[in-house]
Amino acid sequence: MLNSSLSKKRKFYEAFMKVLMFISVGATAALTLFIIGYVFIKGFPNITLNLLLTSPSYLSENIGILPDILNTIYIVISTLIIVLPLGVGAAIYLTEYASNKKIVSIIEYATDILSGIPSIIYGLVGMLLFSNNMGTCLLAGSLTLVIMNLPTIMRTTQESLKTVPQSYREGAFGLGAGKWRVIRTVVLPSCIDGVITGCILSIGRILGESAALLYTAGFVHILNTQITALMSPGATLTVSLYLYAKERGEFGVAFAIAAILMILTIIINFAATSVQNYFSKRRSL
Amino acid sequence: MKKNKFKENIIHGIFLLLGLITVGFVLLITIYLVISGIPAIREIGLINFLFGKEWASTAAEPKYGILPFILTSVYGTSGAIIIGVPIGFMTSVYLSKLASPKTKYLVQTAVSLLAGIPSVVYGLVGMLVLIPNIRNIFNIPDGSSLLAAIIVLSIMILPSIIKVSVTALDSVPKEYEDASLALGATSIETYFKVSVPAAKSGIAASVVLGVGRAIGEAMAVMMVAGNAPNMPNSIFQSVRFLTTAVSSEMSYSSGLQRQALFSIALVLFMFILLINATLNFFIKRNKE
Amino acid sequence: MKKIISLALAAVLAIPMLTGCSGKAPTGSVSTDGSTSMEKVIGTLGEAFQNDTGITFTYNPTGSGSGIKAVQEGRCDIGLSSRNLKDEEKSSGLNETVLAYDGIAIIVNNENNVSDLSLENISKIFKGEIKNWSEVGGADSEIVLIGREAGSGTRDGFESITDTKEACKYRQELTSTGDVLTTVSQNPAAIGYASAASVKDSVKALTIDGVAATESAIKDGSYIVQRPFVLVTKNDTKLSEAAQKFFDFITSPDANELISAAGVVSAN
Repeated sequence: MLNSSLSKKRKFYEAFMKVLMFISVGATAALTLFIIGYVFIKGFPNITLNLLLTSPSYLSENIGILPDILNTIYIVISTLIIVLPLGVGAAIYLTEYASNKKIVSIIEYATDILSGIPSIIYGLVGMLLFSNNMGTCLLAGSLTLVIMNLPTIMRTTQESLKTVPQSYREGAFGLGAGKWRVIRTVVLPSCIDGVITGCILSIGRILGESAALLYTAGFVHILNTQITALMSPGATLTVSLYLYAKERGEFGVAFAIAAILMILTIIINFAATSVQNYFSKRRSL
Repeated sequence: MKKNKFKENIIHGIFLLLGLITVGFVLLITIYLVISGIPAIREIGLINFLFGKEWASTAAEPKYGILPFILTSVYGTSGAIIIGVPIGFMTSVYLSKLASPKTKYLVQTAVSLLAGIPSVVYGLVGMLVLIPNIRNIFNIPDGSSLLAAIIVLSIMILPSIIKVSVTALDSVPKEYEDASLALGATSIETYFKVSVPAAKSGIAASVVLGVGRAIGEAMAVMMVAGNAPNMPNSIFQSVRFLTTAVSSEMSYSSGLQRQALFSIALVLFMFILLINATLNFFIKRNKE
Repeated sequence: MKKIISLALAAVLAIPMLTGCSGKAPTGSVSTDGSTSMEKVIGTLGEAFQNDTGITFTYNPTGSGSGIKAVQEGRCDIGLSSRNLKDEEKSSGLNETVLAYDGIAIIVNNENNVSDLSLENISKIFKGEIKNWSEVGGADSEIVLIGREAGSGTRDGFESITDTKEACKYRQELTSTGDVLTTVSQNPAAIGYASAASVKDSVKALTIDGVAATESAIKDGSYIVQRPFVLVTKNDTKLSEAAQKFFDFITSPDANELISAAGVVSAN
């Protein structure tokens, strides 16, 4: 065997590196399991129907997270509605229209900057830009999140646009179709997987967001009716997790929300990979 | 035909606008931060602001020195990198080169879960698990400290490091490794002496990404670092980061104090721009 | 088919947004904004008011400073502050009405055997002149000072009464009442302060010079570490009808029972 003829030094190196790698992988896996396990063990006993389906009341000292669940849904939907056309449009411009390399690199640089800005700065800018003008409300929060999630949607859409074979476009042009028509009928339908992945990733980011929402969407737990929801302040699940843990010291409720968020995170991760697998399978057919 | 061309041009224009929207947002954010950040710096004086060692924003004679916050952010981020990068790096090499497909899938799923956990949850677990343990193990009066923040941050940057490094290592051409193996190097030697150098700019990019995440984290750090505006002279001290300096006083602030908080945000933004430029440099080199 | 569904979906979702934007601040609502310490009392009052009158009540717990600013800029009807207005704030056209008084409890860990401190000793402890619990009759361990962030109404109240303004050597500056309670409950050597209304069994409230933070002691002033809960309004603009109704309700004797149920002492 080749290995048996190795010098002691090389053998030691080999063993040493292997041990380091095992320790690292073990540590990473153990940490993840520990955090997830800890949150589930502390959180599950506190998830009750009453918690999920009622609003909090000071008079009866009830704690319920229904308003927070609804606020989260409102924010997710309104953010996606606004960010999708913007992000997909920008991606289409970059891959289909832009011919000037300089513009492309400026746009891509700006996108990188946007995705690197910490959420606390988004929170401040959102407060200055939106909340100071329209009041602290869900819409101000979701507009802030629109800027935050724009790079995600752009990137995933761009990735999938790049995989559309050039021959498709050329074929359509050859048949005499105009550029817009080609985009509408050939390009857009084939980037749907990128758009869906982008949406899923964005939902994940919105669910986990707290710093950007504290100063823009406020911390109110009151049940909003659908019509006025977006113009009134409200806390999302993550914000209320922060509030229950910090302001009220209600760790049971906080961990229950954390467990719910964790389950959603797992579902989102699973959904993102399945969408990717589904489309890559279909494409290779 | 002319009408068609006109329509195409309009559509082109619309898409151009959409394309430029990110540039617009970046400009908007920059302008807003500069406009709201400059007045306080002017009033306090740039040198006093950046290098002042004391922060007492509500005292009768307020002092607005943010050197403690800058140093804390730098130390905290470096600490997180020192702990997080070796673990992340070793894990990535293992996942990319040695692990069976099943292990790779499982660990990568676990890592993306780690990335998806809201930072508030990290803070909560840190507050309840980490802090009492630090207090008992090191026998200090209180566990909320720079050390606690470093540990939390190093866990939080693991996913970015692992994800990007694995991608970089996966894309090293197989021929490189085959050549090295044929020359008699063992597989481990090949991975560390051939594959890793070949993927080095990708790995460097992952580190820079980690730096960006660590320096920008607010919520988790706020819950474990203690938040007293001390100079970070020891890792057991209660400290305040740039991010937490902004978020902890924001809701009660007024007047010059509030403006100074915006100036801190501006400084933080400058750091982020610097990190971005570095990242861009590595990515460009990677492409070449 | 898909197109129709997605269009319909988009339309349905867009409706609340459009109407939401145009129907700004529906009549018959009261918005309050401010102090986080007042959450319990104002939340209780607001809920009772809403149940009685059907007028929508909102409370945004942003902090005293933000609340005062929100009134100034007309972003809410009534601002809530857990400290008295500063002179410059009064001269900018704001008016204060004291709603209630809240005791600031000095809290320690349940394991701590100290249960009474003099005001002087409290001040010495927070200034860092007394560093060890054994100096005030406790176990031999270093005292860990837990405070609130600069600008907090609780901190302002505590420091001005104990005469420790800007002299406190805090180990931790936390941003909320809940944080202080949690931290003190987890560290046997900690001492902190928090609104008496929100103190729970997880920590022990000290008596000061033998006086506990009871309702009567706060009312007659014998428990001296206390601060006012203030309603902030604008001098030059009249409150909306709904807001005036709310204001009258919470400052009337009818509200006293609710206010004491929330753990604070009514001023009226």
